[in-house]
Amino acid sequence: MKENIIKVENLSKSFDISSKDPGLKGTIKHFFKRETKNIKVIKNITFNIKKGEIVGFLGANGAGKTTILKMLCGLIYPSEGKLAVAGYLPYKRKTNFLNNITLIMGQKQQLIWDLPPIESFYLNAAIYDLEKFEAKRRIRKLAEMLEIDKELYIPVRKLSLGQRMKAELLAALIHKPNILFLDEPTLGLDINAQRNLRKFLQTYNKETNATICLTSHYMKDITSLCKRVICIHKGCITYDGKLEKLLKRISPVKDLLIICKTDKDAKELCNLGFAIKNKNQKEITITIKNDAINFTLKEILNKFDIEDLYINEPPIDEIIGNILVKEKV
Amino acid sequence: MVYGNKKIYGNGIMNLKKYIKIYSLFLYTSVASELEYKTNIMIDFITAILSLIGSIFLLSIFFQNTDNIGGWKFEQALIIQGIYTILNGITNTWFNPNLTEIVKHIREGTLDFVLLKPVDSQFFISLKKLAPSGFLEIVLGVTLLFYCIGINQINMNLGFYILCFTTLFCSIVILYSLWFLISTTTIWFVKTWNATEVLRSFLYIGRFPLNSFSFSLRIFFSIFIPIAFITTIPSEVFLGLAKFWEILLEVVVSGIFFIISRRFWLFALKYYTSASS
Repeated sequence: MKENIIKVENLSKSFDISSKDPGLKGTIKHFFKRETKNIKVIKNITFNIKKGEIVGFLGANGAGKTTILKMLCGLIYPSEGKLAVAGYLPYKRKTNFLNNITLIMGQKQQLIWDLPPIESFYLNAAIYDLEKFEAKRRIRKLAEMLEIDKELYIPVRKLSLGQRMKAELLAALIHKPNILFLDEPTLGLDINAQRNLRKFLQTYNKETNATICLTSHYMKDITSLCKRVICIHKGCITYDGKLEKLLKRISPVKDLLIICKTDKDAKELCNLGFAIKNKNQKEITITIKNDAINFTLKEILNKFDIEDLYINEPPIDEIIGNILVKEKV
Repeated sequence: MVYGNKKIYGNGIMNLKKYIKIYSLFLYTSVASELEYKTNIMIDFITAILSLIGSIFLLSIFFQNTDNIGGWKFEQALIIQGIYTILNGITNTWFNPNLTEIVKHIREGTLDFVLLKPVDSQFFISLKKLAPSGFLEIVLGVTLLFYCIGINQINMNLGFYILCFTTLFCSIVILYSLWFLISTTTIWFVKTWNATEVLRSFLYIGRFPLNSFSFSLRIFFSIFIPIAFITTIPSEVFLGLAKFWEILLEVVVSGIFFIISRRFWLFALKYYTSASS
């Protein structure tokens, strides 16, 4: 059995957050007398993550995903509870712990803006105490995997967002971390760049058995990378388990696209009392509960002469969008 | 469940070789970044020369109708100007590019990258960048000092050099610590640009001998904002006027300021909340 590399028990985090009334009066009041409230943004969460797992943290904006990630990598102090990452207390930021982890943030960059990325890589190599030969070897290998060999010598400011993100990844992985914290790594990237990044992360996980904790608003990131998801709602865990199971549990329905041969059939089908999701002339999409599929299909095929028929899962974005705002899944 | 920090082989002792290597790369990347913008460097060089000429001109106006101000002759006051120019050069070379950046790091949350590196965070944010144009000011300041040594007929020996270097080094440490302390408060107050500007304004005052100010101002600039330690005492060392206890006091004050700045930084980091994503 694989060991737990991340252990979290009853972890909470509170912040003092000030609020301001609108308008000039509110601004003046805010300037002289600031009212702050202590808000518990993470509430007694408990979970474990095994070595080599890829876990997706799902939640609406402000749910607390990034705060959890930042506590796990040691950037912020927890208010209550226990946590251990690779056997270390993250917030102590011991050298051996820092050599084991990396944080990649889609919206922030660490590369030196006016210089080619290779200069930042060598600087990071020195920070992680790597020999020049070893650093070169790692840069070459990661650059090949990320397909950015040519871009290594072009100033960062002249690179596209996708190329820059790849270079950021290389800079963050040069020390071969065992645990990767990724906060919306595909933010703002086009579809191809997103796909390449996901492919790279899959390969990296396979080759190094690294543990990956990921937050993303792109559901494709979650579905193609994570077998396990942790849903966060208002600082609490509402679901922790397999993504597949979650989808089955929260989406007990399927979409049935029926293409009728005649308009008359299409009209009659609409009058049978099914939940119609979409109608476009002879094409009708109805939503059916999973346990009623067989019966419904038989009924439709017996009654109508249909041209074609498709059974689809509802779009994952739609399903997950619904659960992000639920108290309990 | 086993919680706690495993002590493996990290012993916390600064690996000097590693830090020298990192710093040499900081130097290289900063100079290489600056060299991308040639015109900017030229403008900075011209500004440094004009600034020194302007300061000497201002000083000469003060001395137009009098031989001395607060017991200092024009030739002696030039020493303070020389030391001020060196300190201003150091400020522009290291402090300005790095310490003003702390505010940005904290506001935008890029301090995250610094804190997650296995390197001392104070070292990293204090020395990562460098503005080569400040070098010219340092060279100009040193040249002016040597000129002053000549016109004031100062006797130079090894002891003189050691004392000058020590007091100058302590001045740099005091200035750095003050600036760093103010920048650290950004962790709570988020924006402290103005406070560092006020500090720079006080440093301008350091161009003039402390004795030229009133008693109350002298006390203020000695205790609350130790400008006296920053420029006046090193100048007195150059002129052979400094008392031993003054030099010792400067060493102690610089040590205390540095320790406070270091402790305060480590304490403040506990309150760092990072910027939201």
